Amino acid sequence: MAAVRSMLGKFLPGISSLARGGSAGRIVLVGAAIVSSIILMTLFSPWLSPHDPVAINVGPVASPPSRRFPLGTNHLGQDMLSRVISGGGVMLQVAILSAFFCLIVGVPIALLASYSGGYVDKIVSLVMDSFYAFPGLVLAIAIAAMLGRGVINMALSIAVVYVPSYFRVVRSQVLTIRELPYAEAAKAIGARGRTILLRYVLPNLVASIVIIATVNFADAILTAAGLTFVGLGVEKSIPDWGWDLTDGRGLLLSGSWWVITFPGIMIVLLALGFTLLGEGLSELLNPRLEH
Amino acid sequence: MSLRSYVITRVLLTIPMILLLLTIVFLIVRVLPGDPVLLHFEKHADPEDVQRLRHNLGLDKPLYAQYADYLIGIVHGDFGKSMQDFSSIGQQIFSAFPATLELAIYSIIVAVTVGILLGVTASRSYGSFEDHAIRAFGTVAYAIPVFFLGMIFQLIFGVGLHWFRTGGRIQPTLEPHGLIVHLSRPSGGFGSVLLFWCPVGLLALAACLGVLRRKGVKLWPKGLCISVSVLLASWLILSSLAWHFASVGRFRLATGLYTIDSILEGNVVKLVESLKGLVLPCLTLGLVLCGIFIRLTRSNMLETLRLDYVAAARARGLRESTVVYGYALRNAFLPVLTMMGLQFAALLGGAILTETTFSWPGLGRYLVDRINFRDYTAIQGAVILFGLMVALVSLVVDVLYAYLDPRIRL
Repeated sequence: MAAVRSMLGKFLPGISSLARGGSAGRIVLVGAAIVSSIILMTLFSPWLSPHDPVAINVGPVASPPSRRFPLGTNHLGQDMLSRVISGGGVMLQVAILSAFFCLIVGVPIALLASYSGGYVDKIVSLVMDSFYAFPGLVLAIAIAAMLGRGVINMALSIAVVYVPSYFRVVRSQVLTIRELPYAEAAKAIGARGRTILLRYVLPNLVASIVIIATVNFADAILTAAGLTFVGLGVEKSIPDWGWDLTDGRGLLLSGSWWVITFPGIMIVLLALGFTLLGEGLSELLNPRLEH
Repeated sequence: MSLRSYVITRVLLTIPMILLLLTIVFLIVRVLPGDPVLLHFEKHADPEDVQRLRHNLGLDKPLYAQYADYLIGIVHGDFGKSMQDFSSIGQQIFSAFPATLELAIYSIIVAVTVGILLGVTASRSYGSFEDHAIRAFGTVAYAIPVFFLGMIFQLIFGVGLHWFRTGGRIQPTLEPHGLIVHLSRPSGGFGSVLLFWCPVGLLALAACLGVLRRKGVKLWPKGLCISVSVLLASWLILSSLAWHFASVGRFRLATGLYTIDSILEGNVVKLVESLKGLVLPCLTLGLVLCGIFIRLTRSNMLETLRLDYVAAARARGLRESTVVYGYALRNAFLPVLTMMGLQFAALLGGAILTETTFSWPGLGRYLVDRINFRDYTAIQGAVILFGLMVALVSLVVDVLYAYLDPRIRL
């Protein structure tokens, strides 16, 4: 208990200083609140959801919201409230995994290309640019169609789409930082290229990498929803907002608004949370960009 | 660098980009784990069937020979044969193309119009409630999955109010007799079409450019003149391509864009019917894309409205709307134009989902259909066409930008 209190003691002043830190700080707080409550809800979903989210015929088929089923049921008689509570796992996993893949692929490539310069840099940049020029969803669809269903495959196909944006950001940052006096000084005292890169340049990249990762979380969530919608999502046995939204199309013409509305709102909230977090962070960490 | 040498360099740079794009698609389909032929048959594959399909599609050749066949085919406008029924993929994707083009054109119009109007409004009332509300709207619009918005619109305006159709381009009774390819037309393939129609399009482009440049510079903002003429010319090129593949049915097809065709025909019923199908998809896609235009217009207008020449225009006693839309917006328009080019890729991605939501028979719907059939050669063809469209549009936008802003060419 004392440990928790001391942690809170360190944490709370941080929050209040964020809240005082102007609009950017408040944006970060709102985004962080949305994202963390969704993550908590997903983590504790087995205890929170009133029914088994995948059990069928829990209630009547396609019934509108009622006291027993506050968000209604779908065409299999599954409880929508339980599905909404536990359906965020897939998107969160896909977003986090794809960001991880992007980090371990995009950042080293960018560091190497920008630091070696010359033809290596030109060729890698050209390849990355042609990936960048591709419509993201089309590329992700093509790759996911070949790899098949599953969280890891979705994350991989989304990562391929976003590696070029990591590459661009990191490369342009390295090119700038490398010319700064302190990096020149390191060179002058005879530090090796690898040392300069890892010890002097990399720590200064952390802020930009955090920003691009957060912004891409939102994109990854929307792309994951899109992949699910075209039939390249996870297996149907796993509760997933994207799948509920896709599945709800069949009930649309009969006017069953509740089947799509609630999972849809959850996706919007999650994407919005990450967008706000990313925007606020980029304003806080990179104030120069604004002017 | 002169404009001409910039254009030549930019066109030459496009060639390796397209080559890389084709290679990436080839690698995705052939080299990524997962054999397309085996995947096509799923679990119950008869080894003989697999072998026959492989042979028919040329997939039993060594990889480099497949790659050469593939590149040569694309250059000749041959996108290969479908795994499902061995029909020509090129014909199918080009007959689905006008639907996507129509959706894309009207969606970008919605996105830019809404974006500019809201962006200008926000910048004029900087810091007010209106400004915050518009910014919030832009952020939320960005976070909505396009198909979710589409379904909400279907629920409200289709199922609830019956104002618009929830799917399809046109009523089945008015449907043209399928966008079937003229079999009687001498089949010279895609190459001959390009050879015949591209010069016509380019001539029209040159003529438009020449005339507008001489007459219009002082009457209209230069950018608007040029973007209109480029849109016209590219429409001419693309629609003539589509026309080549489309037959004349109950709905007389001149361009493949139903709204334009019904106007050309002078048929109000068809126009209304096609609009009933068109409004919801375009509104959906346009609204999802408008966020970035709101933000861009707002920040540019905020800068421009502070400049001296705007103050001078106000001091001369011009009406506020003339100052804002006639003077300030003209300067703030250039970044919006660039963003239109950059957003084209996002537009196509959104079009896939929008077409699926609204059963819109375009390229995206074709792609999704083929995914469900596990028809990998058709998926490959559709993906290539999407990539080529983006490459072409970014080329046009870059050239346009270099023409409008000579600093780019340095």
